[in-house]
Amino acid sequence: MDTKAFLELLCNENGVSGYESNLNPTIIKAFERYTDEIKVDKLGNVIALKKGKSLDSSNNIKIMIAAHMDEIGLMVADFEDNGFIRFTNIGGVDPRTILGQEVIVHGKEDLLGVIGSKPPHLQDPEEQDKAVKMEDMTIDIGLSKERVQELVNIGDTITINRKLQDLIGSRITAKALDDRAGIAAMLDCMKELNQINHEADIYFVSTVQEEVSMAGALVGAYNIDPDIGIAVDVGFGSTPELSKSKTLELGNGPGITLGGNIHPNLRKKLINVATEYNIPNQIEINAGPTGTDARVMQITREGIPSLVLSIPLKYMHTSVELVDMKDIKDTGKLLAFFIASITKESLEGLLCY
Amino acid sequence: MEKNFDLLKELVGVYGPSSNEKAIRDFITKEIKDFVDEIEVDSLGNLIVRKKGNGKKVMISAHMDQIGLMVIDIDENGFLRFTNVGGISPSVSLSQQVIFENGTIGVVYAEPMEDISKRKLENMYIDIGAFSKEEAEKKVGIGDICIYKSEFAENENVVFTRYLDDRVGCFIAIEAIKEISSPKNDLYFVFSVQEEVGLRGAKTAAFKINPDIGMALDVTSHGDTPKAKRFAVGLDKGAAIKVKDNSVITHPKVKELLVNLASKANIPYQMEVLEFGGTDSGAIHTSREGVPSGVISVPTRYVHSTVEMASKNDIINCQKLLVEFLNDELNI
Amino acid sequence: MLLRELTEASGVSGNEKEVRDLIISEIKDYVSSFKIDRIGNIIAHKKGKSTGKKLMITAHMDEVGLIVTEIDNMGLLKFITVGGIDKRILVSKTVLVGKEKILGVIGAKPIHLQKKEERTKALNLDELYIDIGASTKEEAEEKINVGDYVLFSTKYTEFGDDLIKAKALDNRVGCSLLIDLVKEVEDIEFYAVFTVMEEVGLVGAGPAAYEVDPDIAIILEGTLCYDMPKLDTHLIPTYLNKGPAISLIDRTTIYNKEMRDKIVGIAEENNIPYQFRKTSMGGNDSGKIHIAKEGAVTTTISVPCRYIHSPVSVMSRKDYNNTFALLKAILSEFKREVL
Repeated sequence: MDTKAFLELLCNENGVSGYESNLNPTIIKAFERYTDEIKVDKLGNVIALKKGKSLDSSNNIKIMIAAHMDEIGLMVADFEDNGFIRFTNIGGVDPRTILGQEVIVHGKEDLLGVIGSKPPHLQDPEEQDKAVKMEDMTIDIGLSKERVQELVNIGDTITINRKLQDLIGSRITAKALDDRAGIAAMLDCMKELNQINHEADIYFVSTVQEEVSMAGALVGAYNIDPDIGIAVDVGFGSTPELSKSKTLELGNGPGITLGGNIHPNLRKKLINVATEYNIPNQIEINAGPTGTDARVMQITREGIPSLVLSIPLKYMHTSVELVDMKDIKDTGKLLAFFIASITKESLEGLLCY
Repeated sequence: MEKNFDLLKELVGVYGPSSNEKAIRDFITKEIKDFVDEIEVDSLGNLIVRKKGNGKKVMISAHMDQIGLMVIDIDENGFLRFTNVGGISPSVSLSQQVIFENGTIGVVYAEPMEDISKRKLENMYIDIGAFSKEEAEKKVGIGDICIYKSEFAENENVVFTRYLDDRVGCFIAIEAIKEISSPKNDLYFVFSVQEEVGLRGAKTAAFKINPDIGMALDVTSHGDTPKAKRFAVGLDKGAAIKVKDNSVITHPKVKELLVNLASKANIPYQMEVLEFGGTDSGAIHTSREGVPSGVISVPTRYVHSTVEMASKNDIINCQKLLVEFLNDELNI
Repeated sequence: MLLRELTEASGVSGNEKEVRDLIISEIKDYVSSFKIDRIGNIIAHKKGKSTGKKLMITAHMDEVGLIVTEIDNMGLLKFITVGGIDKRILVSKTVLVGKEKILGVIGAKPIHLQKKEERTKALNLDELYIDIGASTKEEAEEKINVGDYVLFSTKYTEFGDDLIKAKALDNRVGCSLLIDLVKEVEDIEFYAVFTVMEEVGLVGAGPAAYEVDPDIAIILEGTLCYDMPKLDTHLIPTYLNKGPAISLIDRTTIYNKEMRDKIVGIAEENNIPYQFRKTSMGGNDSGKIHIAKEGAVTTTISVPCRYIHSPVSVMSRKDYNNTFALLKAILSEFKREVL
């Protein structure tokens, strides 16, 4: 399947943290062509295994690649007498980014709603300098309270009504590119791996609940017990209000994270592979635990050497996240060549401090 | 609905702040020992009791620890300075009676302050009526933990008491243990320790038991008092089925099952979307390879005060829902 | 209903061509004559039985939006607002820029990199920009010019209990009502006037009224609706689903009481629900029309629209139908020379 078409299906589907299973069919359908077995674990992680080729394949080394499938979103908390819905957030939602949005309330059926704004005519001049609090917002789905309560329950999830769209060049905008772009990069990686040999068994894990607790990566890593864990997530794209040193340039390849969460020698190896195969990349620095699945992978069981690849993404956690398809492709490619470069023989040396 | 709440009255009175759960553990052991197949205490002090069955391995967790005040200093005049064990608030603690394990009673009071809104625990002290350091030290040592002391009260609707959190969960678990005679599933009831300081007991218990499904029993907040923060849970509106809090998003299948069981058995219920807080399922669901987990909550007013209040009907309905759940096939 | 095409068309104040062309193509076969005046208003004349009093019915064509003021070195577009827009509703939206309707997004700083206090402050216009995916100024300049108008990219959708969500319901709903009147009313003479630039200061209405010089004018609008839960009822300007809103007073006009009483009488006789617009905030083309030349008697009849001046305004089809029924009833009275 074409990677962009795959990404479009993923982003247009809804899967707020804890409720990701809608995405399973799309992921399984795309991945099963390139992998040997796929299972869904107890918390909902989709784990696709691509076996490696080695002399003693019962004892292959294991590499876990994690990209999270959940997205931030909203949740129904209460109803007003006129049928308006009160809500709370799941994951990090800036309340300023949801005023005046169209939303889909995932009740018994999907229902279009609007997070209404007060007409400027009725506002005091100072009002516009204060952000509206989430607790003061409502969702209007245009139905009476009785009808709303037939169709919607407290605890139902809500997503912004947004479809993936092309911008100029190879750039696209959508909601939930954090981190469905990472899942797309895994697909690109599988495609590359189809052409090249690798010794390691590769576990491509589409993880759940990264945005709230990283619970998915935690239990997934425990289950798989890999020799290497690699999180493929998104990194802050460069925009005027952010300092250059904290951001990645779109179109310049994945960020390769450096810091305490990262195994230094594996990282060196990754850079060498990128250089050897001429794959663009950039440095991303993060001193302590990263805000990615690698945070929990690193401390699972006896500890797992970890890496993070970050796809540059602008406007993170808004409904207009923006990425360059080239970066996704380069991320997949770098992953594949890195994987191919790891052998049982070389691994021991790489992991030595 | 006639139900006897005497056991609950006893439970809330037994000493057991986080890390000092021995007395309550012994009390509960005595209460349930004739109704279970195995009893075990793990290294953190969790009480794990098993009712054998052939179905799914289920871990039911109610924490038996309480929030409390730990003595960190005794001054020349016999006043005790303290720190918090769990969520102790300065405004709730002021002018409360407290009691130590050995029965020593004290009162909590505060230094005079110009702006009382700035009062912190470090400006407060416990007065045990001792007139010197030596006298105080005969009764209390540094590191001792006391708990709130207050009278249990009830009327036809509600109970008012300290430590409903989470002795009401223990009460429901004990009642279920007694009620279920031939379990369909393999039931591990855990009376967990140290929930109030970070779900610590449930974490090790879950690792040890390695259950297929987790279920926590705990109190939740309320949104039905004057100007309360918006929260669609209220007293006497049924058992609360948790959708989320800050520690867990209930597994959708577990949530659905609870809703279906409640509807089928005509048990009143309400959906709980809590924007803060956590409970044992937060630790259970991330154990080992992951455990689909849920929570049945008792809607409670004034949590972490000495006058926590819950509806008797809600408590009964939580118990009914738990029993329905444990008697289900649990195909999740 | 023509509302889909009308609301999805481009017509930010000063740039109404697309809407104007659409309206003309709809009405041209139903009017005796029409012209586009010097500033872009459509003035159409429909002949019929004259009553000796000149009737003008108007609706403004323009909508609020943005205009590009600068293309920066990173290829991002700076902009200002056109008409009354709450800057807070711009964040995290998609927009269409220029004639070719190039897609752009208005992003925001990631929540992860914000300080907690930041979240309580609204973002100012100078902190916002449109990103079309360009990485350099040159790349952006291939597609965009400074001065390009910017639209919300909202699609028209029907939802809920007979409701409609769209951008620019203020005032394409008025345009739609007026087009329907032009098509359906056969035997009464009136002027149908579609004005420009209402949102930036009632610019088009004055010259149009000067030219037509009406005795009576009916202004059709999509107006403020803010029927929020737990709001004191005197603070609710109009309700959804309670019928056409008849104006009492606004910032620009105190409406003629005799005319209002007549309209109320007509509504009651015909069992058409109606409500009064209860706020004095806002204003419309009536402000210019009722004081043009020797003056005119005006009334404003509106369809209540929630969340106006945002990308997602909402109205009720029932209100639309009742407003149209009331207008037809008024015109048939006009025919009987009651007005």
